Amino acid sequence: MSRKYKQFFGFMALRLAGLIVLFVLFYIIYDIVSKGLSSINWEFISQPPRRGMTEGGIYPAIVGTFYVTVITALVSVPLGMFGAIYLNEYAKKGRLSRLIRMAIRNLAGVPSIVFGLFGVALFVQWFNFGPSLISAGFTLGLMTLPVTITASEEALKTVPDAYRKGSLALGATRWETIKTNVLPLAIPGMMTGSILGLARAAGETAPILFTGAAFFIPHLPDSPFSQFMALPYHLYILATQHHNISVVRPIAYATALVLIVLVLLINLTAIILRIKYRKKFENK
Amino acid sequence: MNRFKEKMIRRFFQLNGLFVIFVLIGIFVLLIRNSYPAFREIGVWNFFSSAEWNPTSFTGPKYGILAQVYSSLIVTFGAMLIAVPLGVATAAYISEVAGPGVKNILKPTIEILAGIPSVVLGFMGIVVIGPLIARVFNLNQGLNAINGSILLGIMALPTITSLSEDAISAVAKKYKEASYGLGANRWQTLVSVVIPSALSGIIASIMLGMGRAIGETMAVLMATGNSPAMPENIFDSLRTMTATIAIELGEVPFNTTHYYALFAVGLILFIMTFLVNLVSDIILHKYQEVD
Repeated sequence: MSRKYKQFFGFMALRLAGLIVLFVLFYIIYDIVSKGLSSINWEFISQPPRRGMTEGGIYPAIVGTFYVTVITALVSVPLGMFGAIYLNEYAKKGRLSRLIRMAIRNLAGVPSIVFGLFGVALFVQWFNFGPSLISAGFTLGLMTLPVTITASEEALKTVPDAYRKGSLALGATRWETIKTNVLPLAIPGMMTGSILGLARAAGETAPILFTGAAFFIPHLPDSPFSQFMALPYHLYILATQHHNISVVRPIAYATALVLIVLVLLINLTAIILRIKYRKKFENK
Repeated sequence: MNRFKEKMIRRFFQLNGLFVIFVLIGIFVLLIRNSYPAFREIGVWNFFSSAEWNPTSFTGPKYGILAQVYSSLIVTFGAMLIAVPLGVATAAYISEVAGPGVKNILKPTIEILAGIPSVVLGFMGIVVIGPLIARVFNLNQGLNAINGSILLGIMALPTITSLSEDAISAVAKKYKEASYGLGANRWQTLVSVVIPSALSGIIASIMLGMGRAIGETMAVLMATGNSPAMPENIFDSLRTMTATIAIELGEVPFNTTHYYALFAVGLILFIMTFLVNLVSDIILHKYQEVD
């Protein structure tokens, strides 16, 4: 009988762990929504901050985050796609591809602040881009590379081998096969996975701290070489660096809410794309 | 001609594949290059043997890394105390106990938790966990080591849970069936067959979570109070390696000793996380080969 009790209490403990995880996420979202929602209105989304950030909105930070994420995508998506094409379509299973895979996993583990240091040394200083959208975007792009490359490879793997063999047997070259028979099927999956990586990049703070994010700029960035305001950095400023933290607390909450909604929306887009694409694929 | 074109295209993709290795080596080389002047001026021994970090001291700058390293490790250790039992238990629950309905709630929950930006969690450390700690333990304020550990624990949780779950679900069905056949119930099978078989995968997931926690910046920067002295207990404010870089890099002029010293901190951090990831990689690799 005692082992029955053991199982009962054991499963109870596991269930409790699951509940705690659920509670943590629920509480974070509850807290931010309940305290941030009241400060959100059209002005908050469409106006720059005013009076030392105690009034106005966060429009430049939203736009800045959008711009820097676009640059991140321009760097990270093609590089990730091409790298994955090599790994899945060309590389033989050998030492080199093992080495590349190991580098991908290790790059994924490099701390974001180290990417910040790297970005300062390479893009800000060496290439002399200064602190700018482009320095920050390149830094984030390299940081996201492991995600886009892994996601792209996963997508390539879902294309059945028969598609390749059929084309090769008809006399098409490797590249013709990839171009006409593999990529069209894999690209939606590649995009989905890459978008998930970009969502993560959009919420990053440490890599942009010194590569281009600015405390306060009343106007929008007018070139890739301008500094910019970004949502995560803005939240950091409002939460810790502002001279009157208690006054701006509601604005900080609202900024956190906008940031979370943005990240979740990007994620949701990717997930919906994934479901749609899967259905299409199954119908074929 | 066609063959030449094919060859060039192949070369092009290969270069893109190799690019990842270039980036990883590039980071390492740049960190070494920019740390070297610091080691030369401060002295390797002084850098590693002193706990005093005070680059702007009147009596001459002090660059000792020990307090930061200790702070990073202690916060990470605390995070693991939270994330390992919680993560592994949740993973076991998802793959062995929960019905499909619960699974469909918990798995996305963990994915969403992984997607919450660290700066938002840091904010939660300030507005929710800090005041809670202060009230429970009767302190003036709650920006300290425990706060950082709780946040890092939450951040490491998705990594540990989802990878442990992969490892647990990958355990061959025949092991479980053999265990049931011998009369063991589900709990006994889980504890004495499934978990031990998945152990290497679970350990690898813990290492990965740990690597993530050591390298995390924003949450600890916002929630641990950032006092640079050696912490004496878990209620002390402390300053990790990542926080030191984040706080000081914005204030120092380029190419000064202080600037280079921050790269040296980054180099140590890079090596630490690299080793942790490598060990996790080796464990996983071995595990896959055995399978």
